[in-house]
Amino acid sequence: MSDYLYKSIVEVSEALKAGSITSEALTQAIIDHTEAVEAKVNAFVHRDAGDALGQARASDARRASGQTLGPLDGVPIGIKDILAVEGQPLRCASKMLDTFVAPYDATVIKHLKAAGAVLWGRLNMDEFAMGSSTENSAYKTTCNPWDLERIPGGSSGGSAAALAAGQAIATIGTDTGGSIRQPAALCGVVGMKPTYGLVSRYGLVAFASSLDQAGPMSRTVEDAAILLQSMLGKDPLDSTSIAMPEVPDFRSELKTRKGPWKLGVPKEFFGEGIDPEVKANIESAIAWYREQGCEIVDINLPHSHLSVPVYYVIATAEASSNLARFDGVRYGHRSPEADDALSLFTKSRGEGFGDEVKRRIILGTYVLSSGYYDAYYLRAQKIRTLIRQDFENAFKEVDAILSPTSPTPAFKQGERSEDPLSMYLSDIYTIAVNLAGLPALSLPSGFTENGLPIGLQVIGKAFGEADLFAIAHAFEQAHDFNRATPTL
Amino acid sequence: MADSENFDIDYVARLARIELSDAEKQTLGKQLNQILEHFDALNSVDVSGVEPTAHAHPVENVWREGDAAGATLKTDVLKSMAPEFRDNQVVVPKVVE
Repeated sequence: MSDYLYKSIVEVSEALKAGSITSEALTQAIIDHTEAVEAKVNAFVHRDAGDALGQARASDARRASGQTLGPLDGVPIGIKDILAVEGQPLRCASKMLDTFVAPYDATVIKHLKAAGAVLWGRLNMDEFAMGSSTENSAYKTTCNPWDLERIPGGSSGGSAAALAAGQAIATIGTDTGGSIRQPAALCGVVGMKPTYGLVSRYGLVAFASSLDQAGPMSRTVEDAAILLQSMLGKDPLDSTSIAMPEVPDFRSELKTRKGPWKLGVPKEFFGEGIDPEVKANIESAIAWYREQGCEIVDINLPHSHLSVPVYYVIATAEASSNLARFDGVRYGHRSPEADDALSLFTKSRGEGFGDEVKRRIILGTYVLSSGYYDAYYLRAQKIRTLIRQDFENAFKEVDAILSPTSPTPAFKQGERSEDPLSMYLSDIYTIAVNLAGLPALSLPSGFTENGLPIGLQVIGKAFGEADLFAIAHAFEQAHDFNRATPTL
Repeated sequence: MADSENFDIDYVARLARIELSDAEKQTLGKQLNQILEHFDALNSVDVSGVEPTAHAHPVENVWREGDAAGATLKTDVLKSMAPEFRDNQVVVPKVVE
């Protein structure tokens, strides 16, 4: 059964269809393997083997009666600890929600259940998705399966590490400033952030509502396409969700859309701060596209150097508002020391939140406070417009944009945890995409000399997911970086 | 732009309703000043005449019919997640003197 651990959704679903494996046996193999390697990887904050096996048996029963629901039916999918699954703990890796159990399903989870997926475990993350290394979890530090002394990236670090370590066939993450793509790059897997609004945010614990999107993390681009197809859709419970006028069949179109494409390369994404090995790797990926007949065009994103400060004003402002709900009154941590209404709030929040969450709430409160709103928040929103327009101008000329996902490979644990600003700069190539609401994908593009994965970022036009998948799939078909597995 | 030297951690923590220890105030104050210096870059562009973006894709406002909202959580669910619950109500410290 261990033959199936590092397989794709496509491979596993074919084996299930052919009857060469049952979902129960596959799920048991994943559970056993997780038992064996979890002490090294620390990807999960909660596991319920009995629940997963129950879902797997239900899938096998459907299959036996000819009622199979599609390619995800019976496939174990790991879930980031930020999406509500009814009856399961929902902690957002925070002490604030230590005992909280989700009372309903997120819309994304409803969709995955309807597709027959076996929802497996709760995956570690930076507390409330705030971080780029998963070191901000209140529960554990997840290790990068390629080098256990290094971080897996974040905030969806558990989702990326579990996938790389063979502890799930695919996983779900969320991305506010790069939290799917950066850990995917650092762990050598595919990670995709959809166009803002394509996937409902209902049941996704809010960090920065105008930027948050859930998306797939997988071994192959085709798997990401299958997952996104099942996750998307307008939702009456999320008024910012958007119906695509015509939803393409991503899986079939990634094979029929052949290019050659016109691809933009922003010079701003290859400047100061980029690791030389990452730079050389991405340049060789770009050269590969050129050899396939794609036209490579130098483009400018002149305001991209402002995306980090703009993001940290807007995201922290939204976070300070969103996280005001954690007040110790109706749910979540309540301080035993509180003796009046005000101290109930201040002590519960002081005890329940970790350092980075406090830092961001304080910062967000400051930029929204009287006298500073125009100087910070309003100004950042205006520069957000300029960043969006930079992309609009670029996409008049090109079909997609290529860049590194992360300026460096995975760094060592503890290396940046005392210096928040250097941590914030880990997301320098991913953040602008969220500000502009665009879809983007990271896929494995090679390894450093030390064997650390590198990721190529492909940025698409709004609702241009079908092209994005096709462009990434073409590269993946010609390379085998996603077939390598770490030694644990 | 604000003078980052004037960052008053006590005032902002009070607005944010977060109690901080003295050690936290010292570390946070220093880190936030460093981050605010980085924010000074926002002054490097002219934004006159630029409309702010609140959401990446414009979404029209939609009015709901006057019908009832969807399913709501049952009392026993709310009870199970409340820190303290009595007589069908969440218990909090005395609010009014």
